[in-house]
Amino acid sequence: MLEVRDLAKSFDGFQAVAGVSLDAPRGSIGAIIGPNGAGKTTLFNLITGHLRPDRGRVTLNGRDVTGVAPHDLCRLGVGRSFQRTNIFPRLTVFENVQAAFLSHRGRGWNLVTPVERLYRAEALALLESIGLADRTDEVAGALSHGGQKQLELGLALALEPEILLLDEPTAGMSATETREAIRLIERIARERGLTLLFTEHDMEVVFSIAQRITVLHQGRVIAAGAPDEVRRDEAVRRVYLGERH
Amino acid sequence: MSARVPWGLVAFVAALFVPALGSRFYTFLATDVVIWALFATSLNLLVGYTGLVSFGHAAYFGVGAYATGILMKKLGVSFLLAWPAAGVFAGACAVVFGFFCVRLSRIYFAMLTLAFAQIVWAICFKWNELTGGEQGMPEIPYPDFGWIERLGGRLPLLGGWRTAEYYYFLTLVLVAACVWALHRIVTSPFGRMLTTIRENAERAEFIGVNVRRSELVAFVLAGTFAGLAGGLFGIFNRGVFPDFAYWTKSSEVLIMTLLGGMGTFYGPSIGALVLILLNQQIVSYTEYWPLVLGTILVALLFGFPGGIAGAVGAFSGRLLRKVRSA
Repeated sequence: MLEVRDLAKSFDGFQAVAGVSLDAPRGSIGAIIGPNGAGKTTLFNLITGHLRPDRGRVTLNGRDVTGVAPHDLCRLGVGRSFQRTNIFPRLTVFENVQAAFLSHRGRGWNLVTPVERLYRAEALALLESIGLADRTDEVAGALSHGGQKQLELGLALALEPEILLLDEPTAGMSATETREAIRLIERIARERGLTLLFTEHDMEVVFSIAQRITVLHQGRVIAAGAPDEVRRDEAVRRVYLGERH
Repeated sequence: MSARVPWGLVAFVAALFVPALGSRFYTFLATDVVIWALFATSLNLLVGYTGLVSFGHAAYFGVGAYATGILMKKLGVSFLLAWPAAGVFAGACAVVFGFFCVRLSRIYFAMLTLAFAQIVWAICFKWNELTGGEQGMPEIPYPDFGWIERLGGRLPLLGGWRTAEYYYFLTLVLVAACVWALHRIVTSPFGRMLTTIRENAERAEFIGVNVRRSELVAFVLAGTFAGLAGGLFGIFNRGVFPDFAYWTKSSEVLIMTLLGGMGTFYGPSIGALVLILLNQQIVSYTEYWPLVLGTILVALLFGFPGGIAGAVGAFSGRLLRKVRSA
């Protein structure tokens, strides 16, 4: 459903992403890996419209969405979470998710209706499913790191995406938190029939859930395919796995 | 439970009794406070709710004051039309200036609002034919209160006040209506979108908020209400002068907002009340009012970053917990 063709972007002569192509078929779970500075986050920013690519094309369900602004793209079914935790820290957990519902359902320009009761049931149901039902009235910034990551996932899910792009969903988490987070993401993807594309540092996570892996190095794809193929790939061993093991 | 008390309504009813105290001076002060409260509350829509710090909010106050003043004095238009016109003209200016300002972020936004305000001030200062230039435009007429007098003969309580007192009642009712409308706006879904922009504009964009357009709408609403405050102020002040749009007015209203507490809806109104009363008191003791003001501000920013309303809220919260646990 998501196709990326020959996407490129350079900053002041530095080629951050140098002609990347990849596919995320409907319902698949795909991972993008690569050493630090390989261009993973830049690639995400290009796909989601935060950055304008120098060349290349992004199509979503056959529709060209290259350079579409983020606030329009998320109406087309692309949800995203960020590497640095990205929530509304001084709003409550409930208000965070409710805001996402309001905006997504096109109520953001309503200047007169009292906001309190709108989408209350939907927001509470979503918080229940991501395991934050007992924290609804807490200020979001006071949640633990893992809790904030869960909430961020909730913000993305409130937009009822078809495809979810997760930028290092377990960054900074303990081993236990990582396992729980992955289980949560997997369960939600299955329940909602989501297509998932994520970047990740933790190889254990990648090889445990990804069906397709794309390896980036210096802005280029050096290997792509099923986990076993990638694991055996010589180039990958040299530039990436070799460094770590 | 303290959040359930309709503080706005309580303050409105209390304010209705000010002229009954019988002092012209109190009524004068109260009118001043009420108008500035609206001005500061309108600014807080930007500063407190959207997270946009404007250094040029006086521009819209000034435009509103001139609009009402010119229409009433030079063209003899009735207050019923001239006052809404203040909002329309100020809002129109805010559309044009805001279009450019919301394209910049943070300090650049603040500087551009200041630059536009200085342009407005310069126009008011130089355009002699329209604005009276440096001399300003004295003797703006009061609205016609004759009909109340005629009606008042038959109804108790309504008649027998002085013109300034009628004007106070009128101001109070109109400001209350504007503040009510602003309250509706900040508690609406749109208001919630503004707070998401304040908290994290990048994330707001990715829940589908059109950040720039929302900021522009907030900017225009804030400008419109500032204009309405200006329209009332020109008549109250018995004249409109270029310094209404000068940067010192912008800083004064910003200080009120910070002093009262930008984190709460009624904070800026409290700030207006406290600052005007303090000014009155201190000016009679010393000519160093700006020095006192500066000291208060420093103490405030370091000691009570939530302003008066924030400090009172935290204190009453602590008290409530103590009472409950005892």
